[in-house]
Amino acid sequence: MSTSISSEQETFRLSMLLNDKRYRSYTFQAFALFVLICVVAYLGKNLVENLAAAGLNISYGFLGEASGYDINQRLIEYSSQSSHLRAAFVGILNTLLVAFLGCITATILGITAGILRLSNNWIVAKLMSIYVEIFRNVPVLIWILIINSIFLAVLPQPRAFKGENPEASMLWDMFAFTGRGIYAPKPLFLEGSVVVVGTFILSILAIFALRRYARHKLYSEGRLINTFWPSLALFVIPTVLIFYALGSPIGLEYPELKGFNFKGGIYARGGLISLWFALSIYTGAFIAEVVRAGILSVNEGQTEAAAALGLRPNFVMNLVVLPQALRVIVPPLISFYLNITKNSSLALAVGYMDITGTLGGITLNQTGRAIEAILLLMLFYLIISLGISAIMNIYNRSIMLKER
Amino acid sequence: MAKNNAAFVRHQLIEEQAPPITERGVVKWVRENLFSSPFNVIMTLLSLWVIYSIIAGVAPWFINGVWNANSVRDCYDILDGATGACFAVLKERFPQLIYGFKYPSTEYWRPNTAVILLLFALAPILFRKLPRKFLLFSLIYPFLAYWLIWGGTPLVPVMAFLGFVIGVYCFRRFSANAFALGAIIGVIAANIFWVLGGYVVDANETFLALQAVPSRDMGGFMLNILLGTIAVALSIPLGILLALGRKSNMPIIKWICVLFIEFIRGVPLITLLFVANVILAFFLPPETSIDLILRVIVMMTFFNAAYIAEVVRGGLAALPSGQYEAANSLGLDYSKSMRFIILPQALKISIPGIVNTCVGMLKDTTLVSIISMFDLVGMIRGPILSSTSWNGVYWELFGAAATIFFVVCFSVSKYSQWLERQLETSNR
Repeated sequence: MSTSISSEQETFRLSMLLNDKRYRSYTFQAFALFVLICVVAYLGKNLVENLAAAGLNISYGFLGEASGYDINQRLIEYSSQSSHLRAAFVGILNTLLVAFLGCITATILGITAGILRLSNNWIVAKLMSIYVEIFRNVPVLIWILIINSIFLAVLPQPRAFKGENPEASMLWDMFAFTGRGIYAPKPLFLEGSVVVVGTFILSILAIFALRRYARHKLYSEGRLINTFWPSLALFVIPTVLIFYALGSPIGLEYPELKGFNFKGGIYARGGLISLWFALSIYTGAFIAEVVRAGILSVNEGQTEAAAALGLRPNFVMNLVVLPQALRVIVPPLISFYLNITKNSSLALAVGYMDITGTLGGITLNQTGRAIEAILLLMLFYLIISLGISAIMNIYNRSIMLKER
Repeated sequence: MAKNNAAFVRHQLIEEQAPPITERGVVKWVRENLFSSPFNVIMTLLSLWVIYSIIAGVAPWFINGVWNANSVRDCYDILDGATGACFAVLKERFPQLIYGFKYPSTEYWRPNTAVILLLFALAPILFRKLPRKFLLFSLIYPFLAYWLIWGGTPLVPVMAFLGFVIGVYCFRRFSANAFALGAIIGVIAANIFWVLGGYVVDANETFLALQAVPSRDMGGFMLNILLGTIAVALSIPLGILLALGRKSNMPIIKWICVLFIEFIRGVPLITLLFVANVILAFFLPPETSIDLILRVIVMMTFFNAAYIAEVVRGGLAALPSGQYEAANSLGLDYSKSMRFIILPQALKISIPGIVNTCVGMLKDTTLVSIISMFDLVGMIRGPILSSTSWNGVYWELFGAAATIFFVVCFSVSKYSQWLERQLETSNR
């Protein structure tokens, strides 16, 4: 027999780049890279040529110039003399504000609706599934506009609050719901308020310490300590005592009607409120589905096993069902938070000045720096998304480890 | 018969009796489902109150609705102080809501036909029990719909279709020997045919021509459906390719896909629409003028594809690795093992996710109203609400828009649940 194993003697031939599995992947990758470079070079060449033809250049100098426009809803000091960069920061804070508020209310709504949808109570369960289906299947932009219509069409203008027999009146003399937005009392921090706030934070820490201690006792000695009433006492008593001992250093500033508008207090524009509410109820419907799926995903045997061990219903929920359900719930929950952040860019439709409204809206239109502004805008959203994704991956890995 | 004197022995069976009233029928159901505990009683009463207040608020408004009026002032006159909706706006502006305000009114039959035919084209894809021959119509449909909606001579879509046919034929013919050779010859043949076809079309521009409607005249709900359907149809194959690319063991291809997916998923759709609207023109040669609608479709396709890629990747990851090994041990190459073994199973797992993403896409088509295209929401916010006769009719218009979207999206998600049950083959 003279046939030998050919592979040992085989030398590299050019045709192997296409026909041999070992080398073919290099051909494909080189080709893909080549195409990519060609596309990028082509787009870049066009960009340079187009900019040259239009007499433009890429420059971020506009960020330092005075913006010349006013922003009526802001968390930091800003005036039309401030720079475009400052305007962008106001926008970023506004985006984060509405995203943060939206995440909290959407979670509360979603968890409530998700649990109630599993209720034995037929009417409640049906009502919740109607809520979920209606809000999930209609675009969020339409919800934002519908809720904004309440401000445009239903709520009275501030001047309706004027006069001897006003057409509208404030709720408990604290809240004013007007077509321009909602006015609420604002806390005033006077001298000594630091101590009150400090006491409050300390008492919260004490509550955590107490619960830790109780759990330690439970695990080491099997002694169950009721933490509810002591926690409540710790929560309320020290802060209230210090508050009155220092002579009420924290007061409230009520909104007051001055001229044709309200002054003082916290002012939330209609745009902010409608965006916040619409994002909350829309995303809440999605979260409800995830929560329901998460709870259903826990095998019924788990509940029965826990009950057989003699755990009380709330312990079954807290110690057995929820930890397992959370593993299913949390990853999509976080992507819904990201969705809220990204959907908050719809603020443009109701005139709320978030980052898309300032940097991607007025700044872009005033300076004409479309490429720079949109790049910065995308960069901001990318940083937030990728940052949260990274945290989510770490979390996922941490709960994966405990799984067998 | 022996006489039994014992007083406590019953001589005959008692008639069968109905269970107590609290243990049967409606009463039992109500007691167990609505009033089983104090908490439940409170919840039930609360729900009843919510339902009552919604009905009490909406019913008079709905029932008193005015369907015949010329302006919002007429409505108020007819209502004469009573609460009532002004549905007349829907009646008067119906064509605008559905077709936009520029689409020629004599041509409304064309989009109507296109939508009806769309149902026929989708039927064999959606319902697997229909004969496979119907799929041929689904293949022809995109070209037919293009002709119906945009008008012009039917030669353009016919040539485009024939080009595809010739390209696929050449690919089939030559790919038996070498995949790459077949693909290259197919692409070249199709392009040659399209160039030649271009001359034919130029020579016969009026042949069987329908009135041409430019893209910027599309509007209303038609635009939403148009954008949604095209973006979804294009993004599913692209998304599957991206998912396969991301799972690939070729690092360069993998990283291109990862970057693309993560970038698209990291930014809101509205910024991508800004790119389409404002800065895409900077990246193209000055003489090209691509329709805004086409640029938007490209961006929406990319956007949806990135999300679909993640869903499909989840499906691929959920398959046990034994499936991949089984395909390899059968000696199937990559494309065959994907086509016959991996993708059918992975896609089945990902159907709910894909449908959710696509429903999301359809809903997101309303965002084009922000870059001043006149889709359903754009029509309402723009021409209709700012007109003097219908100024301030918010609820009726937005309510109608919400209803239209609800009907479409809800049916699609119901279909996907049905399909899931149909495809359920695992341990029942």
